[in-house]
Amino acid sequence: MMDALIRSLIDGLLLGFVYGIAAMGLTLIWGVMNVINLSHGSLIALGMFSVYYLFVGLGIHPYIALVLTAVLGLIFGVIIYFIAVHRVINAPELSTLLATYSVNMMILGIGTAIFTTTPRNIPLDLGSIQFGETVVTMTRLIAAVISVGVAVGLFLFLKYTRPGRYIRAVTDNRDAAEIVGVPSAQVLALTFGLGTLLAAVSGGLIATFFPFTILSGETYELKSFVIGVLGGLGNPVGSLFGGLILGLIEGLVPMAMPTTWTPVLEFVLFVLILLVAPNGLFGGEE
Amino acid sequence: MRRKLYILIGILLVAGMVLAACGKATPTSAPAPKASESSQNNAPAKTSAPSAKEITVTIGFTQSKTGKYNEESTRQSDGLDLWIKQINDQGGIKLSDGTVVKFKAVSYDDESSGDKVQQLYTRLITKDKADFLISPYSSGLTSSAAIISEQYGKIMLATGAASDSIFKKGYERVYQLYTPASHYLTGAVDLLQSLDPNVKKVAFIYENSKFSTAVVKAAKEYAEKKGYDVVMFEGYDKGTTDFGSFINKIQDSGAEAVMGGGHFQDGSTLARQIYEKKLPIKYLALLVAPPDPSFADLGDAALGVVGPSQWEASANYSPESAKAAGLTWFGPTSADFVKAYKAAYNEDPDYHSAGGYVAGLVLQKAIMDAGSVDPAKVKAALDKMDILTFFGHIKFNTTDAHGLQIGHEMIYIQWQKKDGKLVKEVVWPKEGATAAPLYPLKH
Repeated sequence: MMDALIRSLIDGLLLGFVYGIAAMGLTLIWGVMNVINLSHGSLIALGMFSVYYLFVGLGIHPYIALVLTAVLGLIFGVIIYFIAVHRVINAPELSTLLATYSVNMMILGIGTAIFTTTPRNIPLDLGSIQFGETVVTMTRLIAAVISVGVAVGLFLFLKYTRPGRYIRAVTDNRDAAEIVGVPSAQVLALTFGLGTLLAAVSGGLIATFFPFTILSGETYELKSFVIGVLGGLGNPVGSLFGGLILGLIEGLVPMAMPTTWTPVLEFVLFVLILLVAPNGLFGGEE
Repeated sequence: MRRKLYILIGILLVAGMVLAACGKATPTSAPAPKASESSQNNAPAKTSAPSAKEITVTIGFTQSKTGKYNEESTRQSDGLDLWIKQINDQGGIKLSDGTVVKFKAVSYDDESSGDKVQQLYTRLITKDKADFLISPYSSGLTSSAAIISEQYGKIMLATGAASDSIFKKGYERVYQLYTPASHYLTGAVDLLQSLDPNVKKVAFIYENSKFSTAVVKAAKEYAEKKGYDVVMFEGYDKGTTDFGSFINKIQDSGAEAVMGGGHFQDGSTLARQIYEKKLPIKYLALLVAPPDPSFADLGDAALGVVGPSQWEASANYSPESAKAAGLTWFGPTSADFVKAYKAAYNEDPDYHSAGGYVAGLVLQKAIMDAGSVDPAKVKAALDKMDILTFFGHIKFNTTDAHGLQIGHEMIYIQWQKKDGKLVKEVVWPKEGATAAPLYPLKH
């Protein structure tokens, strides 16, 4: 039993890091721009397909493909911002919600037409490492390490670079930031780009070990919402911890009851946190 | 200003109507297989030159061109298309009264969705005037389609659908070609027992679908009767991609053998993750996925995995074995079917392909026996059918579960390595085995 717990714990934690950066993308956009990005799930799915086609089509190693996917994600995010979000950024929140939802429906529609909904697999086998009875798959371990790297990278970027400081300034007070010369439109576009980058990278990582379709992103978008609320919406660092908590739930709950109960518990927790600590366990909007 | 508005509304209305017209589903006529000359030589039955009266029978079905059943469904339709192509190329079926019957297929993409299936089968019957129906792939979709076919009194040959329950609803015109689900994994239990009488703990993990649940429930009962201790019996949701928690649970249960699965995607993902996590089990038998040639894409993860199959190219059914069993032989031999299929699609057929083909073949035999395309006469011929084909024995229940397949039997395959390459071998039943089983599973 103890072994089983340790195995589940490790599985949950590794997956949790990847969920964490998916949620970070969602919560960064929420925190800085007050926009709930409902195209988050389909952007995760696009990240999956990007890595898939770069690997299967062009023979680029999945982890190098991931870097390209990150760049493509950033560019695509900026484009989405200027096309769909920029005009309504000052409108009530419902407008941006609907705008991003429309983007979501467009991506899903075009994606279903192009990629169909036939599941894909990235045939990547890097073996596994074994500690006693516990076996850790390399692809998941690498995904967790990359996720931590990306999270640290984002933290350093926000803390020490000029654009990062601009983003924090805009988060605190957009009007004041504009008065002192911060180009707020560019900063918001960059933020949306970063959020998309995080979604695409997490999608690309998930695709290295789970099969996927263009519709797979929805599952991870829902998880991102739960994590976002757990860690505090608008708090990227909290997201990483939220991801770990969710990963642990997914690893440990099935040990005690049928696995089909896991999402039920996750969403019960979601509602409970909203009721009891609406700012999340780690505080919102820092 | 107002005039402009009227013009604008007028334009919009016209544009709307044009779009609506374009948006209507267009039937995708079955793609003609790239038939070669050899395929014509292996035609299922001999017919003579066309006579004065020629009729064209419409066969309606849906195919999962998208969605999770895409893989299996495509092969099934390919098999059926091959049969249609062969029959038409040789000039149709000649009936006793001289009438020549040719076939036309009308099919749509059902997106692997039950709702879509009901709409499309209604359309096939009412709009496309299909004379006979072939089921979609999977028990779930066939169950949806059967409601419609029965409502309109149409004969439907159910292939790719093994669930028993479809045939316990009192339907009179649905005929099953596959061995029913209740017999799917029982042979895998027998095989395990013959390999290692010391194994006692078995875990069942299965997709929460009509078909898989029916299979594992029957297999569990059978295993318990044989003295096995079922240490885990748990379903997973459709579309599950992460089996980590299940694998941990299996390991914790101390199971030595794992059986279950569902369809191709989840089954191959499960096999892959069991391999990656080096789950210490001796025996793994999964539904549907292993017999599919694409299963070999898993590489070493496929090695040693056992799977029940409705048909394998190496299965030894022949006119001679028909004679020995006192049955009528009908249609091409396995070798002829494989040759024609390979020539048409440039890949090996699997049991889904054979199932699609045999649906056509059984319909052909029924029409020939009936000497007519009259539904009542064809139904009577199907009820009486008792034949051996390259697919195996075909006979239908005509009493308590009308249409249920009672002639056909499963065979079990295992992926083994020969000269460094993965090959599919028949390992059970012993009479039909092409290789000794690989045991225990090595990860």
